[in-house]
Amino acid sequence: MTNAAISATADPSLDAGEPAGEAHSLTSDAWRLLRRRPIFWVSAGLILLFLLMAIAPGLFTNTSPTAAVLKESRATPSTENWFGRDVQGYDIYARTIYGARASIMVGVLATLFTTLLGALLGIVAGFAGGWVDTLISRITDVFFAIPLLLGGILFMSTFQSDVNTSYFVIVMKVVLVLALLGWPSITRLMRSSVLQVKPNDYVQAARALGASPWRIIRQHILPNAMAPVIVVSTINLGVYIAVEATLSYLGIGLTPPAISWGVAISAAQSGLRSAPHMLLFPAMFLSLAVLAFIMLGDAVRDAFDPKTR
Amino acid sequence: MSTISTRRGNRAEAAAAPSKYQPQDGLLLEVDDLFVEFHTDDGVAKAINGVSFDLRQGETLAILGESGSGKSVTAQAIMGILDMPPAKIPAGQVRYCGHDLLTMPEDERRKTRGPEISMIFQDALSSLNPVFPVGWQIAEMFRKHRGLNKSESLDRAVRLMERVQIPAAKERVKAYPHQFSGGMRQRIMIAMAIALDPAVLIADEPTTALDVTVQAQIMSLLEELQQEREMGLILITHDLGVVADVADKIAVMYAGRIVERADVYDIYARPGHPYTRGLLDSIPRLDQKGQTLSAIGGLPPNLTKIPAGCAFNPRCRMADHVCRTDLPPLREVEPGRESACHFAEEVLRG
Repeated sequence: MTNAAISATADPSLDAGEPAGEAHSLTSDAWRLLRRRPIFWVSAGLILLFLLMAIAPGLFTNTSPTAAVLKESRATPSTENWFGRDVQGYDIYARTIYGARASIMVGVLATLFTTLLGALLGIVAGFAGGWVDTLISRITDVFFAIPLLLGGILFMSTFQSDVNTSYFVIVMKVVLVLALLGWPSITRLMRSSVLQVKPNDYVQAARALGASPWRIIRQHILPNAMAPVIVVSTINLGVYIAVEATLSYLGIGLTPPAISWGVAISAAQSGLRSAPHMLLFPAMFLSLAVLAFIMLGDAVRDAFDPKTR
Repeated sequence: MSTISTRRGNRAEAAAAPSKYQPQDGLLLEVDDLFVEFHTDDGVAKAINGVSFDLRQGETLAILGESGSGKSVTAQAIMGILDMPPAKIPAGQVRYCGHDLLTMPEDERRKTRGPEISMIFQDALSSLNPVFPVGWQIAEMFRKHRGLNKSESLDRAVRLMERVQIPAAKERVKAYPHQFSGGMRQRIMIAMAIALDPAVLIADEPTTALDVTVQAQIMSLLEELQQEREMGLILITHDLGVVADVADKIAVMYAGRIVERADVYDIYARPGHPYTRGLLDSIPRLDQKGQTLSAIGGLPPNLTKIPAGCAFNPRCRMADHVCRTDLPPLREVEPGRESACHFAEEVLRG
């Protein structure tokens, strides 16, 4: 049979030719799609801004966040102090900029650890099945039963920090407790995704065409199972930033003299009615950071799913 | 259209090391007294109960049977992709070029999948990974097994897509599976399965999910490829019409056993087992307009409770008391014809 004969009988929709070019990998196709989404650029821009704040706060302000001008306590926003001053007379703009470091570090690191640990255990449990699955799932259940905030309070008050504890250690303690209590949800999600993908014919077909178990996981199971985990992880990132703020607010996360959005929100509760700007600016930055990560997660998820293209 | 390459020619082009598996006297695959069971909560389902057959170079064997007759399980057992547990192979051998696949270390056996024995699945949509472009998936076979680089493997993928008659292959290599029609997807699946030039190709109901017109195209493509590459082809189907033009030999399966085996024309002309005759009678025929279509009464047996004697006896019009007690062995009833029926000679006389 000739090509022409086949073309004539083939589905007409097939002849709506795709633009010519090289075949792309999943990541490069996702990237091409992401580039065209404004929501990606907005969220990526915001995240980049927050990251820059975290790394080099000096770029944004010359004012020291620890320079207290007590006589201007609770000053309202002005051309001199854009965001006003808080109870201690600190410049709120400078405090908010410097506070990004703790929040972003906690959010990013906690998400990284929970996602890596959770996804790894979830894949192993889902793919191996049998007693391995049972063991991992039961351990997951045990950790899942501990409420995040309650576990956080318990952990932080057991391993208390004092004035001499370094800033980095306190941050890592918060990261550790979030990672310890956060991975079970990712494991459950990953396991169920893997179980959903595993019986698909293309996994069987890959086996029949000689793929090794490692390659089946990497090429077939992971790309098809990771979408929900990406979404939940990015949402979690926002949640972790919020939990850090909560712990700090309760006085057991980061504590003054450390600077974070949570600490600032906590400090703002005194005199909230007379000086609401003390709460407004750190809370606004917190919301904006959480929103940016969630938007990014949404855009990335869409980009990795070919059916939404 | 790409140049037609022989099995040997294609291998040379792929720069593959000569295979350590060489057929002896054209004999590729021998399945010898194979048993497969599934251990379930409801008991042991005996899916395959002593199946034996050979496959030679360039030969097409059709395995025919209803759902649950064990034809797909046979294919999966040969490929080694049964999930064990629940499946178990208590006895039997599957020899490929003299090497027993069932006792081979898993790693070595895995290397036979693709370059030696390959498989096409029923539903090509779900058999292709939805998140990768089809060209990329075909090219992967060359990258991983042949060590070709990205652009070489992609070139080969395009040529293979042209070979399986996908129009505008060059433009479509980067399209995703869901952007193709069913027939085109099955062509891509075929391209992947033959990419490494296997000696044995197993097609498990390759046309069941397709339109009738497309079915014929796919079957003639398979036949063409099989002749061009001298592959041994095992065609698993429940559709007598599909295999008539393509198959050399037919093995009819019932309740995990081969009940009849013969050349394709002999079976159509003169079935040698009551079950085969029932199957043939249930095909609508143009010269019998207006008559009631005959069907085989009853249902295939529950595989956890296969009846004693001949498994077909509760549905058989000719069943005698010997059928309820003695299991009829598969025996040669005429030169080149085998049947597992106590009354095979009577059936053959019509």
